[in-house]
Amino acid sequence: MRYFGDYGGRFAPEILMEALEELEWECSRVRGDDGFREELDEHLGEYAGRPTPLTYAPSTSERLGFDVYLKREDLVHGGAHKLNNTLGQGLLAREMGKDRIIAETGAGQHGTATAMAGAALDLETEVYMGAKDVERQAMNVFRMRLMGATVNPVEKGSRTLKDAISETLRDWSASVEDTHYVIGSVVGPSPYPAMVREFQSVIGREAREQVLEMEGRLPDAVVACCGGGSNAVGAFHEFVEDGNVDLVAVEAGGTGGVDYGSRVAHHSASLCEGRDGVLQGSKTKILDDRYGQVLESHSVAPGLDYSGVGPELAHLEETGRIEAASVGDGAALRGFRRLSREEGIIPALESSHALAYLEEMDPEEHDLVIVNLSGRGDKDVQTVYEMEGER
Amino acid sequence: MSLEEAFAEPVLVGFVMAGDPSPGESVEYAEALVDGGADVVELGIPFSDPVADGPTIQRAHERGLEAGVDTDSFFEIASEVRDRTGAPLVTLCYYNLVYRRGLDRFVDECEDAGVEGVVIPDLPVEESGPMIEVTRGSGVDVVFLAAPTTGDERMRRIGDAASGFLYLVARAGVTGARESLDAATAGLVERANRNVPGVPKAVGFGVSRGEHARRIVEAGADGVIAGSVFVDLVEEGDLAGVREKAGELRGGMDSARNES
Repeated sequence: MRYFGDYGGRFAPEILMEALEELEWECSRVRGDDGFREELDEHLGEYAGRPTPLTYAPSTSERLGFDVYLKREDLVHGGAHKLNNTLGQGLLAREMGKDRIIAETGAGQHGTATAMAGAALDLETEVYMGAKDVERQAMNVFRMRLMGATVNPVEKGSRTLKDAISETLRDWSASVEDTHYVIGSVVGPSPYPAMVREFQSVIGREAREQVLEMEGRLPDAVVACCGGGSNAVGAFHEFVEDGNVDLVAVEAGGTGGVDYGSRVAHHSASLCEGRDGVLQGSKTKILDDRYGQVLESHSVAPGLDYSGVGPELAHLEETGRIEAASVGDGAALRGFRRLSREEGIIPALESSHALAYLEEMDPEEHDLVIVNLSGRGDKDVQTVYEMEGER
Repeated sequence: MSLEEAFAEPVLVGFVMAGDPSPGESVEYAEALVDGGADVVELGIPFSDPVADGPTIQRAHERGLEAGVDTDSFFEIASEVRDRTGAPLVTLCYYNLVYRRGLDRFVDECEDAGVEGVVIPDLPVEESGPMIEVTRGSGVDVVFLAAPTTGDERMRRIGDAASGFLYLVARAGVTGARESLDAATAGLVERANRNVPGVPKAVGFGVSRGEHARRIVEAGADGVIAGSVFVDLVEEGDLAGVREKAGELRGGMDSARNES
């Protein structure tokens, strides 16, 4: 199935179509392959540290007047949910007989997770990163190189993520025979959105079991931050059929507003503010101007800073199964400090958006809420320190 | 002359980006292409996220946007190119621009401006249903691409949808001028002729020298498409160079014809 309702599809250059077909075929083959599943579970357990706990947040719960549980993806090896996906795709690459993986990265999170999977599975790994991001994220570049990945700074264009994506595609279209392109989110042409969701849905699968075990009931809501949306889809998927569980995707409200003259949106809220369009391989909700030129997005959280969103989320939002909300930079920063102080857990700025949304929830309507804590905040402490000091 | 008439003889298709480096100058570059020997002008609409293009053409997208070109001004530029050169026009544009405009309106505006074909690099045949529907019975062709990785069966499927001409991608990889042409090109042309009879084939991606153009025609193609090599010259501000390069490619094609 290449579409989720009206969204998705495969809007990709002809040169990649054969590789996408091969990937689609391979995905459906391993779906029924117990051996693959077992091998992946083994890596997720022994290497990535799954299952991650579902942690009750007592101080937060008391203050808000409803029970809050945190799904601890911050405890996955590497500090975020990203590895669930890169391990899965790395194994899939091996299944396809490809011994080289490539990836693009913005701030470096997906690149780092790809480098980990590459090293753990003994795959040659090459990461493309905008030269500007390479300068800004020197430690992440060092991390990737420590794990044996080649990091290629991309000097073209705006020297950021967009150019890194183009460069990775360029590599892939010349190297599809022996190379798999590891996309980092539930975006891109089919079968990527469904494949990445499959690898990330371990989050919701575990959380659902854990909450039933601990509370004997399903939650009233599952809340997750949403940029491209891989942690959100991963947290939601297992609950989609549970009609009484509200699913809330919290997007980055940034500082708000759009400057059409310079084609910049001061937010990344594609589900809340965007409209149907075609971006990077799929039809989805995107931020663009009236001619269809894609706007640059913004968020204090680099992992949410994206002008589109996974097509499956666009479909779930359009059909009313999930609710989209947005939280600005300021509220997210407050959420970051609040959880650190109240629970002794420093959340990623991305996850802080989901945490900030809790403050807006009505305790009359919710008794039990799961927040997907998609990553830890160690990577963000310097940013917050530089923005706000010690306070 | 129409696109169909042009393909009676081997055709040279030359690419420039609308608005690169300014709307007026891009018209002059298009004129230089035709003066030098191009039969068809492929005029790009600049886009913010041109994922299927190489670095050279990516920069042209950026310059076009910088010059303020949008879909409105593109059609003004296209009309002017058509008026000044009389050459058939096709456009290269990404699907979101067409989608946002509305497919019907976009195709109507192409007809009004004399744009006879659209090349949409991120619209493979399986997603092209709505576009094919809208262009049916219009004077606008949907030009599809086929690559060395495109299998025979898929090529036939593309052939069923294709009109105008089939754009053969000479080698794996995105656009960019190359020093030598892949030997597989001849095989690709042969395969396309076998699987997609009745639609002219033009070969592009990496064509930068007269020698390339000659070999493509000798391989049995109906046309040669050159883009990056012209965009490089536009970037250098070399108007005369564009004319000369078009002449060189034209010469290469003509020498092939003379030998056969």
